[in-house]
Amino acid sequence: MNRRRRRRLAAFKAVVYVVLGLFFLLPIAAMVEFATRGVGISSPRTLTAFTSIGSDPELVDAITASLELAVITSLGMLALLLPTMIWIRLRVPQMVRPVELVCLTPLTIPAIVLVVGFAPIYNWIEINVSDSILMLALAYLVLVLPYCYRALDAGLSAVDIRTLSEAARSLGASWATVMWRIIVPNMSSAVSNACLLCVAVVLGEFTVANLLNFENLQVAISILGTGNASVSIALAVVSLVFVFFFLLLLSFLGRALSRRRGGAARA
Amino acid sequence: MTAVAVSETEYVRRPLGGRLRISSAWLGAAPFLLYTGLFLFLPTVLVAVGAFSGPHGPTLANLAQLSRPYVVSAFLNSLVLSAVSASVGAVVGSVLAYAVATGSPDGILRRLVTAFCGVLSQFGGVTLAFAFIATIGTEGFIVIWLQQHGIRFYPNGVWLFSLTGLTLIYTYFEIPLMVIVFMPALDGIRPQWREATETLGGGTWHYWRHVAGPLLMPAFLGAWLLLFANAFSAYATAAALLDIGGVIVPLQISRALSSEVGLDQANFAAALALGMVVIVAIITLLYARLQRRSARWLPR
Amino acid sequence: MGALDARPIGASWGGSRSAAEVRLEGLRRVYGSTTALDGLDITIHAGELVALLGPSGCGKTTALRLVAGLEDADGGRVVIDGRDVTHLPTSRRDSGMVFQAYSLFPHMTARENVAFGLRMRKVGVAERRQRAGEMLELVGLSTQADRYAHQLSGGQQQRVALARALAIRPSVLLLDEPLSALDARVRSQLRDEIRRVQREVGITTLFVTHDQEEALAIADRVGVMRAGRLEQLGPPTSIYSQPATPFVAEFVGLTNRLAGVVTGGAVDVRGIRLPLIATDTPDGPAVALVRPEAVSLAPALDGFNGPLSGTVIAVSFLGAVSRLTIDLGDTTVLVQVPTAEAAAHPGGSRVRIALRLDPVLITREGAQGRG
Repeated sequence: MNRRRRRRLAAFKAVVYVVLGLFFLLPIAAMVEFATRGVGISSPRTLTAFTSIGSDPELVDAITASLELAVITSLGMLALLLPTMIWIRLRVPQMVRPVELVCLTPLTIPAIVLVVGFAPIYNWIEINVSDSILMLALAYLVLVLPYCYRALDAGLSAVDIRTLSEAARSLGASWATVMWRIIVPNMSSAVSNACLLCVAVVLGEFTVANLLNFENLQVAISILGTGNASVSIALAVVSLVFVFFFLLLLSFLGRALSRRRGGAARA
Repeated sequence: MTAVAVSETEYVRRPLGGRLRISSAWLGAAPFLLYTGLFLFLPTVLVAVGAFSGPHGPTLANLAQLSRPYVVSAFLNSLVLSAVSASVGAVVGSVLAYAVATGSPDGILRRLVTAFCGVLSQFGGVTLAFAFIATIGTEGFIVIWLQQHGIRFYPNGVWLFSLTGLTLIYTYFEIPLMVIVFMPALDGIRPQWREATETLGGGTWHYWRHVAGPLLMPAFLGAWLLLFANAFSAYATAAALLDIGGVIVPLQISRALSSEVGLDQANFAAALALGMVVIVAIITLLYARLQRRSARWLPR
Repeated sequence: MGALDARPIGASWGGSRSAAEVRLEGLRRVYGSTTALDGLDITIHAGELVALLGPSGCGKTTALRLVAGLEDADGGRVVIDGRDVTHLPTSRRDSGMVFQAYSLFPHMTARENVAFGLRMRKVGVAERRQRAGEMLELVGLSTQADRYAHQLSGGQQQRVALARALAIRPSVLLLDEPLSALDARVRSQLRDEIRRVQREVGITTLFVTHDQEEALAIADRVGVMRAGRLEQLGPPTSIYSQPATPFVAEFVGLTNRLAGVVTGGAVDVRGIRLPLIATDTPDGPAVALVRPEAVSLAPALDGFNGPLSGTVIAVSFLGAVSRLTIDLGDTTVLVQVPTAEAAAHPGGSRVRIALRLDPVLITREGAQGRG
């Protein structure tokens, strides 16, 4: 690329980043500004909104519940989806397309629709199993399917599982060994990506929790918002920053892991 | 299949005398199928069944309600809202994606932007609504700052808590979603195509008009469809922002579900949900067609 | 000026036009702290095919891209047909380029690809179609005109790329390792094709490659490059038999390194006195670079020992010729002889080598001083 074009491109990129950077950072900055406002017009900035998050038991419950749900959903997703995806690619290739279709279905059947069907199911669960908010994980697992499937699929395509498994089997490894000790270590960045998506989706989920009358993080923020805007906005800022850094951390972790192992191909 | 698989094959006698071969390997997929059967297909079936159920058995009454003016207008509002936010998101998002794609593939800027887009596209709608309230709400940061400089942000009344405001807020997660969905297509553009165009006498305009434009169009349209479906299905932001009435379909559904009248309204919600599914399903099919065409031309 | 002067371009191009001379004068290109190209001077005569040969990183591709205008030079000039194009953008330089791979537009048929440059020049639809058809016929692909890139084999794609580059009748044809991504068999076929087309059309051509066999087979002159500089420029026979530097001798073809001593304008190697290419070489220890085909074999008579005696430790059958590795005790030597002759010296047999008295190149690198 010649110099003139490179300069024009650089200018273009600068404009794009500045304009869009402002557009995206302004509301977040505004949230921080709002949450740190003092009581009167010329009061000094205060962090009481942030600190009072911990003193509201309902809020703390909601936060804890959401974090627990994030963990349970991630683990559940890994336990259910990962083995299935590897297994069918190795042993039942005819099922790969149908399973893919199933995993992508929640994109066509959005949460607002699914929740209508969840309502009677959760009525039954509440009566016969448990009325804990953690039961939401069952629904959340379905909601994260499309994102996690894509992330894991990208990781699996980068690894030649056919060749690796045949080599391992010829050396006497069991199918379990092949899956856990050969394939999974080679897709560590895909696995961490999938978990990170799980966490992001679960922490940001509102629709299902709200319409099934559970109080998770987002529902709590919403309820609080009508009364005490500052605290709810403070909480929103915290959750946003938390997820962002979590994502960044996991993306660096995934990259470091795959680089250390000499990496399956980077996507 | 290897010899190992063959030896695990069992022959099962069908009731009508035919023979069905099931390999025990299929059982490995069973937990997954069971789970999705229970928590994905069952709810869907319940929605479909509910849409056609009434207090006295199967009925079309729920669907008939969909032709009521306030329902029709809710659907129209949803469609317009989705189309506008998808279009703005697609155009702006593709520009941002282009800026990122032309940078260094391993650079920190790209990783930052991708992570940022990942978060923002999943930005809990509630948080987003509040963020905009904090920015351009009546006590918002921008409003107050402009006021201090003698400018009124809302000369004709506050529009944040209306469909207009909602559309603006939707672009906030549509743009990042576009970046995520469209970037792979941009990465698939080979530098040789640009260079070949130049050696053949074509400049920037020719390149976009004859080469990059046509190549990216299927991916762009597909991404637009995805953005449309995403906006159409969104609920949380609207719920947090517009607490009255059901100007869009998701709000109608939530109103029907929380209503105290009981089963009747639950079935109406199912009918609304079915309507939504039909629209989104059509969009998804169109998207799949475009994806196939784009994947043929633009290698990963 | 070269022997090929103002030659009318072939009939398949319709009408006549003189071929253009291309001059690279003092071209420099620097990336940060690396100098990719350090003052390159080459004149490509009208209608000539010059191959730039060298290992990766030697600057050959950079030089090509500077001629094309895909990168800006940090110093020097590019002159095409008397015009200084150094500051012109690529689209105005009137060059045609064939890339290593992936350059065909995937959403267009072969014909549309070939016609693309004509479209940029606002040629009408009918004429475009006709000329594209002619070009495809020139490269032997008229039956595939309506196929898309992904339906064509690698070799066919490169032929379409060639037709596309030539369709606009450029002043110079630039090829960036066009055969490197292809299978070995396709490579040699296509290599001859390219040469045939280039000759028929008579276009001045610059061809970049890292494959020395390719360069020697296809070019009128070969320029061997290393680390941004031109080591030697000349006809293939000179490059091969009269390498100017040890690098050229070892990069092009196989070389044996035999220790010896230079005295009085010749080098003593194992008792044989070989003439030198550079007769004014100062005396002293040196390493002579000898081609495998300049070494001959005879069976060793019983009891024959000496610096020219050895044992055959490996035989590689290469079809018409065979390559034998001979262990001389203190070093090994590669010998290339017709296969029929090699049969007389199976593995393990004792042989006596002789060196043909061709002028050789010596290098001081690795030479061991006499005590």
